[in-house]
Amino acid sequence: MDLNRNEKIDIDEILKDLEHYRPRRRGWHWREPIDNLKMGPFTFHDMSKPLKNSYGLPSSKYFGNIDPQPRPVITTEIASGRFEDDIRRMRMAAWHGADHIMVIRTAGQSHYDGLIEGTPQGIGGIPVTRKQVRAQRKALDMIEDEVGRPINYHSYVSGEAGPDIAVMFAEEGVNGAHQDPQYNVLYRNVNMVRSFVDAAEAKKIMVWADMAQIDGAHNANATARQAWKVMPELMVQHAINCMYSRKVGMNPKNICLSTVPPTAPPAPCLRLDLPYAVALRDFFHDYRMRAQMNTKYIESDTREATVTHVLNILTSVLTSADIQSTITPDEGRNVPWHYNNIAAVSTAKQAFAGMDGLMEMLELKKDGYLREKAREIKERAVLFMEEILEVGGYFKAVEEGFFVDSGYYPERNGDGIVRKIDGGIGAGTVYPRDKDYMAPVTAHFGYNNLPEGIVNPSNLIDGCTFEKPEKIVYIDELDEEDNVNVRLKESRKYWSKEHVKPEVEWAGDGYILQTMFLPVDDSTADVVAIEIGKKLGLVDVEVVHKNIMQDAEGTLVEIKGRIPFEIDATKLYIPPKPEVMSDDDIRADIERRPMKVVAATVGNDEHSVGLREIIDIKHGGIEKYGIECIYLGTSVPVEKLVDAAIEANADAILASTIISHDNIHYKNMKKIHELCIEKGIRDRIIIACGGTQVANDLAVEAGVDAGFGRGSKGVHVATFLVKKRRELEAKGLK
Amino acid sequence: MPIKRADDFEVRREHLKNLTDEELEQRFWSLAEKIVDPLIELAKNNTTPSIERSVLLRMGFSSLEAKDIVNNTIDRGLMGKGAGHVVLKVSKQLNRDYREVGREMAQGLHWDLAVSIFKGGEK
Repeated sequence: MDLNRNEKIDIDEILKDLEHYRPRRRGWHWREPIDNLKMGPFTFHDMSKPLKNSYGLPSSKYFGNIDPQPRPVITTEIASGRFEDDIRRMRMAAWHGADHIMVIRTAGQSHYDGLIEGTPQGIGGIPVTRKQVRAQRKALDMIEDEVGRPINYHSYVSGEAGPDIAVMFAEEGVNGAHQDPQYNVLYRNVNMVRSFVDAAEAKKIMVWADMAQIDGAHNANATARQAWKVMPELMVQHAINCMYSRKVGMNPKNICLSTVPPTAPPAPCLRLDLPYAVALRDFFHDYRMRAQMNTKYIESDTREATVTHVLNILTSVLTSADIQSTITPDEGRNVPWHYNNIAAVSTAKQAFAGMDGLMEMLELKKDGYLREKAREIKERAVLFMEEILEVGGYFKAVEEGFFVDSGYYPERNGDGIVRKIDGGIGAGTVYPRDKDYMAPVTAHFGYNNLPEGIVNPSNLIDGCTFEKPEKIVYIDELDEEDNVNVRLKESRKYWSKEHVKPEVEWAGDGYILQTMFLPVDDSTADVVAIEIGKKLGLVDVEVVHKNIMQDAEGTLVEIKGRIPFEIDATKLYIPPKPEVMSDDDIRADIERRPMKVVAATVGNDEHSVGLREIIDIKHGGIEKYGIECIYLGTSVPVEKLVDAAIEANADAILASTIISHDNIHYKNMKKIHELCIEKGIRDRIIIACGGTQVANDLAVEAGVDAGFGRGSKGVHVATFLVKKRRELEAKGLK
Repeated sequence: MPIKRADDFEVRREHLKNLTDEELEQRFWSLAEKIVDPLIELAKNNTTPSIERSVLLRMGFSSLEAKDIVNNTIDRGLMGKGAGHVVLKVSKQLNRDYREVGREMAQGLHWDLAVSIFKGGEK
């Protein structure tokens, strides 16, 4: 199914025949670098193959609407709890440049011992199930065709059901996953033996599926009290997962280190973070870097978050990043709102574009503080590993609280996470393989007592699901109440123009954000803001952000709340969009044949600002296309205007009237039209009139060719002039 | 309780400080390998409910069937044989399609036969 950019993606169509859908490819897609990429007026040095369809940054309109795509894959994390609404968010993110969609799992899925089936609603994420994965992969197939670049789909191979999930992901064409047994141990309290044994199988399956793997080390940043002090440990965690993965057979080019610059301003973050970034890339040069943005110190200030994130990108540019992950600027407030996914992706895109070619001009110093500090971090990491072996290995070290200690190793603050070898979820569920242990499937790790002569174990069953996907058993729904079909009955209407409601997570959630400055102290502002929200008619009003401007002078407050009504847009008059030609097309037409206009404000009207905006080159007016403008001034009598047009042999008359009492503006238009008839030029001259109170249909009724109201720009007038002249030429009148 | 310790980096690093960057890197990776090797051995020679379910999934069972088969395998003390192996052996014995037999085993059938084939389990 092809998508139409002017139509919503059809969730019903995606859900249809899902039981027969098969993913069309496996494996991760890296962006394709292009050297010396020419786009608009520029040559880019660090960009990749452009998209077929996308939205550039807002200011791209000044540069021929270019949308340069950086080389790192750009990640956005999506976690609303309803996968059907997330699909629309994925499409929006893809149009803005995301090509790695990371699906966050619902709270508690790590402790679910098996696969979840169906499409239950989640909390802070979605229950990752076969149906949900299949639906989203199918949707992404359409979306990647629409934007013109493969999209990587990603979730988590962790918790108690790692190998189960890995198999399902491999079968369903998932392209990447978090997999790191240490994450289970430290943050999910899954038994450590179970976790490592499971991980080897899961990784082996990921190898078969050619999936990219991202580790879990960055969580130490988020957990430790002083994030920058865990840098030696981070290197150790990365090393353990990398080496473990290599031993299972994973290609280092599919092993990505999840790394976050640990600090944020007002800490001198580059001085702290850059030596670490350098040290990491020194030791891990065979592997890929998944650079994540910092969340540790972010609260509700989206501006502050964005600046930190730009500095994070600077670190990526100064060192390297294969995947640049993004954090939404509202993550400190709530579950990310969909438009903030786009904000975060745009922050990365904007920063990378701005720093294009930077490292051709700069290089990091080869000696001094940077290298000394990097060396120190590396030595501390080596010492950490030496002590792990001294105490008897990894499990012993975890039992002794080595990890996520807030000390700068070898300093220890005694606040590390302690796990016991026989403790945690799933303890006692590891079983030794007997001599006659056997597993008749592909991508099985470890001891496998195959019958003689059998090389590929799945030959024993005439192929497993990896060779014969028709063997996959698809379960649709298990819960009659908690599933997508029930939810859609309620939410489907909000995709129509009859029932328009604001949304930030789910169709019809009704949330809006209000920013206000209140000239009172912050405690008062809290209460006042809520009252204002209620009086505006909002429900579930909450203050989501505050910033004191001055204790007594006032407070900036942002509230969120839901609106309890919907709007039927089909009952509203929606003015058609003015037609706009590209700047280049307009210029080409004017070059082909010069155009001359006379312009004035007519009658007793001294308001010239609007007309000047339409004409003046410095306001983006029609002069910039090469149209010659003879400006006669203000309060010009219509007779004089028409005479000037005749004398100059102009192609068009532009008249502006702001004053509209007694319909004087339309009367003047009629007068211009009649005078032109009288003088015998009406059939070959174009008349366009503008003003804040002018409507096109009434202007045309008054006899002129077009009317331009509030919000009109030079490009609208130029487009009209070019098209109208072509019309006259076709009739032989020009 | 985990220990507390002041930063004694300068003392501890004595044996590292004269290593070249390359030597330090080599040491880092050889330590990583030493830490990981026993873990990999453990993984090679053990299995878990999740691993066995993942085998059954690949054999063409649903997640629900896989769970039930593995629970029965654990109850009969046959995990050391591999759950997929058990299903395959039982179906061979019955001379029937392994997927049909496996589905019946998920319902609790054929387990006495399974135990008698492997003789390793306890009733």
